[in-house]
Amino acid sequence: MEWLKLIVDLTHNTIVFSTALVFAAIGGMFSERSGVVNIALEGLMIIGAFTGAVVTFFVDQALGGSFISPWIGFLSAILAGIIFSLPHAVASIRYEADQVVSGIALNFLAIGAAIYFTKVLFNGSAQTKTLMTSFDKWSIPFLSDNAIVGSLFKAYPTSIIMFFVVVISYVVLFKTPFGLRLRAVGEHPRAADTMGINVFRTRYIAVMISGGLAAMGGATLVLTTTNNFTHSTISGHGFIALAALIFGKWHPIKTMFAALFFGMATALKSVLQQFGITDFVPVEFIFILPYLLTILVLAGLIGRAEAPTALGKPYKLGSR
Amino acid sequence: MKKSFMFKGLILTLVFSLALVGCAQDSEPGEESLENEIKVGMVTDVGGVHDNSFNQSAWEGLQRLEEAGAKVDYIESQGESDFEPNLNEFVNDGWDLTWGIGFLMGDAIAAIAEQNPDSNFGIIDAVVDAPNVVSTVFKEHEGSFLVGVVAAMTTETNKIGFVGGMDIPVIKKFETGFVEGVKAVDPAIEVVIEYTGSFVDAGLGKASAATMYDNGVDVIFHAAGGVGDGVFGEASERSGVWVIGVDKDQSITFGHEVTLTSMMKYVDEAVYQVSKDFGEGNFEGGVRELGLAENGVGLPAENPNLSDEIMDAVNDYKEKIINGEIVVPSGI
Repeated sequence: MEWLKLIVDLTHNTIVFSTALVFAAIGGMFSERSGVVNIALEGLMIIGAFTGAVVTFFVDQALGGSFISPWIGFLSAILAGIIFSLPHAVASIRYEADQVVSGIALNFLAIGAAIYFTKVLFNGSAQTKTLMTSFDKWSIPFLSDNAIVGSLFKAYPTSIIMFFVVVISYVVLFKTPFGLRLRAVGEHPRAADTMGINVFRTRYIAVMISGGLAAMGGATLVLTTTNNFTHSTISGHGFIALAALIFGKWHPIKTMFAALFFGMATALKSVLQQFGITDFVPVEFIFILPYLLTILVLAGLIGRAEAPTALGKPYKLGSR
Repeated sequence: MKKSFMFKGLILTLVFSLALVGCAQDSEPGEESLENEIKVGMVTDVGGVHDNSFNQSAWEGLQRLEEAGAKVDYIESQGESDFEPNLNEFVNDGWDLTWGIGFLMGDAIAAIAEQNPDSNFGIIDAVVDAPNVVSTVFKEHEGSFLVGVVAAMTTETNKIGFVGGMDIPVIKKFETGFVEGVKAVDPAIEVVIEYTGSFVDAGLGKASAATMYDNGVDVIFHAAGGVGDGVFGEASERSGVWVIGVDKDQSITFGHEVTLTSMMKYVDEAVYQVSKDFGEGNFEGGVRELGLAENGVGLPAENPNLSDEIMDAVNDYKEKIINGEIVVPSGI
């Protein structure tokens, strides 16, 4: 029974630590499926985390600790992410810029701008104050009280939203005309254009969706885990999400499992240490475990990662 | 062609806006001249001045100094590569005393102090052997011993957790003292120990706290800076569990519902005392070690969650440590 409880708790924690990664990775999927590389996921998560923290904090002050404020923060973060993704969209779609360069520029801009405005808003301090309210876990009565499997029936609202996002993304991508167009634009924009699909508009929409979703990921971290925003709130999560996207072969369900895998590495780190593995192995080896697993998995286990054919190539009207 | 120019322009704008952000925390010395005014600056490590921990505590010490008529300012470091440039900023602007807050800044202080033998420095939590540096260290193991006693007398599951930041000597002192304190009350109590490898990633603190609480731990002592925020976050979602805070009275930030007590490290007092001595012309390089006897560590003044029985035991042990009856090992 103890082993069952251990596995249940590990599952629960894995979902908690993967939620933000799944949002960002699915966001990246939309952009990349349409042919636009989105290395700016990190920056978009930062903007989402910053907006989520700041809006929640000030709404909380105005309303005096209401349960509604994290939701307002969460929605504002999505909006901010959509807006912040526009420079990347314009540079890489309208101006045919190198998409990696423009994404990196956006990452730098995001951390600089977020820290600058945090300092302006919080008397020169580079981190926001601790939030009074954040998301609480939702639980199913009675089932969640079970001592062994109870934590399977407890989840943050963001984790529940995450599963819906994955399912909806799957349906949109593979079962709707919009999804078909999106994939066509990412595989062969010229052919899609010939068939009367507006390549530019489709790509703009895809990048904006990715901005919104990545920002949801950032806001999730702030509202369920850190309860404040600092320069280190998002430290590489966007890049791990990008790895999950490749690992998941640009497929929503597989990408979700890839992100869950990375989340599990975090949860496993604690379990391994607390159950005495450090008596045999130096703690540093446990710290490198997630990264080691990443390399092993990417190197051997998944086979070739087939990217969308037109990924990273700007589309020029009239080109072949 | 035109398009590519526009794009380059866009990139350049982005890069320059970054450079501007870098200058946001400007520390130009002012022109006002109070009589005998000293100027004391501090550079935080990566935690920042609102880390609910020792950086914040140090800044509060300097703010007290400001009330006494000194001029004070701080610069926050975003990463370890910022330490030396940030220290240099104060030195080059002619500040009288510059503090480096935290063990991680030891090497940076040593380097800058050697390059600027005419400037004076203070460092918290590290020992730098230079005539112009005051190294302020604490006997964390003594204070941790006391919260270990508190934890051992509070736990109902006989399982206690310790979450450390990086595995470095100063954190080892917390761990060793804490475990000693627990064992002094009841050697049968199990202490689960985890190092997160970070002082900033609250997610790691949440992960380790979740795993500990899931497995029957009901009191966690954290010595992990910002990572501890995650420990508090996880505890506040559960019932019947406690966190023992570190460095400051963390119940002020996280409330008495989850904060059992805190292992106070009076960094503010140390920073204030040393800076004040400096202002009065009594600056002397060397090591200052503050323990229970010197009021450098201890429990907060108010402990609403602790029964009289626990407080009596704590005061009893405190006396024994001060008069040398118990010698708490530091583990390093």
